[in-house]
Amino acid sequence: MTASAHDPSAAIETIRKRLFSFPKRHFLSAGDLNAPQAADLLDLADAFVALNRQTSKSLDLLKGRTLMNLFFENSTRTQSSFELAGKRLGADVVNMNPKTSSVAKGETLIDTAVTLNAMRPDLLIVRHASSGAASLLSQKVSGSVVNAGDGQHEHPTQALLDALSIRRAFGRVSGLTVAICGDVLHSRVARSNVALLQILGASVRLVGPPTLMPAQAERWGVTVHHDMKSGLAGVDVVMMLRLQLERMQGGFVPSTREYFRFYGLDREKLARAAPGAKVMHPGPMNRGVEIDSDVADDPAVSLIQDQVEMGVAARMAVLAALAHRLEEEGR
Amino acid sequence: MTAPQPLAFVNARVVDPESGYDGPGGVIVSEGVIADVAKGREFGKLTKGVRVIDCGGAMLAPGLIDLRVKTGEPGAETKETLASAARAAAAGGVTSFVVQPDTDPAVDDPSTVDFLLRRARDIDSARILCAGAATKGLRGEEMAEIGLMREAGCVYVTDADRPIADSKVMQRLLTYAKGFDTILAHRPLDPWLAKGGAATGGEFAARMGLPSISPMAERIMLERDVALLEATGGRLLVDQVTSAQALETLGRAKARGLRIHASVSINHLCFNELDIGDYRTFAKLTPPLRGEDDRQALIEALADGLIDIVVSAHAPAPAEDKRLPFDQAAPGAVGLETLLPALLGLYHDERLPLIDLIKAVTLSPASLLGLQTGRIAPGAPADLVLCDLDAPIIVDAAKLLSKSKNSPFDGRRLQGQVLMTVVDGRVVHRAEG
Repeated sequence: MTASAHDPSAAIETIRKRLFSFPKRHFLSAGDLNAPQAADLLDLADAFVALNRQTSKSLDLLKGRTLMNLFFENSTRTQSSFELAGKRLGADVVNMNPKTSSVAKGETLIDTAVTLNAMRPDLLIVRHASSGAASLLSQKVSGSVVNAGDGQHEHPTQALLDALSIRRAFGRVSGLTVAICGDVLHSRVARSNVALLQILGASVRLVGPPTLMPAQAERWGVTVHHDMKSGLAGVDVVMMLRLQLERMQGGFVPSTREYFRFYGLDREKLARAAPGAKVMHPGPMNRGVEIDSDVADDPAVSLIQDQVEMGVAARMAVLAALAHRLEEEGR
Repeated sequence: MTAPQPLAFVNARVVDPESGYDGPGGVIVSEGVIADVAKGREFGKLTKGVRVIDCGGAMLAPGLIDLRVKTGEPGAETKETLASAARAAAAGGVTSFVVQPDTDPAVDDPSTVDFLLRRARDIDSARILCAGAATKGLRGEEMAEIGLMREAGCVYVTDADRPIADSKVMQRLLTYAKGFDTILAHRPLDPWLAKGGAATGGEFAARMGLPSISPMAERIMLERDVALLEATGGRLLVDQVTSAQALETLGRAKARGLRIHASVSINHLCFNELDIGDYRTFAKLTPPLRGEDDRQALIEALADGLIDIVVSAHAPAPAEDKRLPFDQAAPGAVGLETLLPALLGLYHDERLPLIDLIKAVTLSPASLLGLQTGRIAPGAPADLVLCDLDAPIIVDAAKLLSKSKNSPFDGRRLQGQVLMTVVDGRVVHRAEG
């Protein structure tokens, strides 16, 4: 890896060697991958990290392809991450803004999909407030759909970049214990992470107040904790979730200060985790609500900045593998 | 209109829940009524001019009576009209159905009842009955003109899908309706618990990330209704019980001798929450589909007689209202055409005797509303269905006669084909071929 980091052609060579055809036409759910496929994807993403750290980051793997960002919910960071990933791979990138276009005029999601499909995008990146929206859209388009977050259901590329960050920090995912903490109920990040981390052999705990825990979450193959101190005892990774303030229909937690007192991550609670434990957050953070700045900004424990970097690489890997499949299918 | 030709159904398996008869026989129909019934014997010499129909051993039963049907008339005729619903009913062996008052405008005064029933009079492929709103504008606040609507011909009152949240209003309704011996149908649902939900709360909905409703919402409201019923002595039809916990409440109320009846939709007997897998909006219903334990409990409750009536819960929704993300899609399913074959699945699976299943869609609803139909007896209206119990069919939603094709049974294999439907002594449907 060190050698290739200084040799652009070596990084590209590694990418080409590791490039494979994505196992499905669309990437809708983290659970669609099996363990070897997830590992292949992480290996490929690793090679993209090397490329991204060079001055010349461009490749032509998506040359001639059109990538369309279709974000029904605002998300600057995820959208830019996909945009950058697409551009670095040589794709033409278009950002559609449904909020100011026809959807606002009452067009249905399927009509939008059919209309956009006529423009022949090869890769369609979709974020929508309704669970299942990406799946619905994928049934109506000829290109590949990447779910960039559907309601409270899944956000598979986030899980992939989280796994990549963990694997690079620890050298493995298998055998680690990961605590996912906070508003699990409303979190698509949590659902995708539970699935992918388990596929990769980690054991997962869910930590949060009972009102923010999904019904029968213990049947997901995880252990559920309502006391953060016991939940964090001996864990290798603490994955904090954003407290989705905008999604609260009211009354899940009494106040943000009470939430921070019992479920916010600070030094004291982090001390329960295993030595060398790392802290993650999908962003954007509510500082002082779910995470203390002191922890979030400490490079010795925080992987939060790495996650952003890994996001671009992981998405490049997904896009490259999906495009490879399109090519093999002659589309 | 000239009187239709008299018909003699022979060589049938006659199923009549009123007399408890299920066996070989025949029926003679003349001038709109059942003239003669032969049980375990053959008719003697038939008079001239009688058209003889050899049933070939197929089931001859009273035409089905469906207590819960929505059309789009008035207000949303593109979804379904009274006429299109009646054609669908005839094809499904349903000879009478009760339309719900949640139309636009709502059926909440005697003039709209009168309007609907006048429209219905011109339609001869099914008898269309009408339910009036329990409260003005279905708002759950002020009582509608129950007495005048009864006089105009409505058969019961209900706010349809909308629960009456205000307990005082519910109490007054039960009390007042008693004066007109009118049944109040109420959908038990705690509106606060149910707010924003699209699926049944539990492991499955949580995995799918769907906003969900605990089945507790049904039980809590039913507990309240039972308490009010006890205090007022009214008559209550529990509109679509769907959960095992609500069945317990219902069982206690019945054991205490309250005048309480309950219906279940065919969908809740045939499907469970897993059928919304992959966000299939055609299986999005209200109330939402429940777990398999609930479905099994409903079947047992129907077998025990705890649940009296099966309804189609026919709720047409055009494709544009269904082909949306799950939480935005319209709930409901059409069901008039599939009610009987779907119900027969419980007979083929040996869960309930045939006669008990037929009773739940004929005699029981007829008795509840005081109708003369729903039985095969001399003098009763000649509403009949002839059905080949064993014929396999594959439901093709595109071929349904409803204007809306939102059937969760699309592509399903069912057993039982309606061969002929007779309303008022007239053949209103006959199977092709």
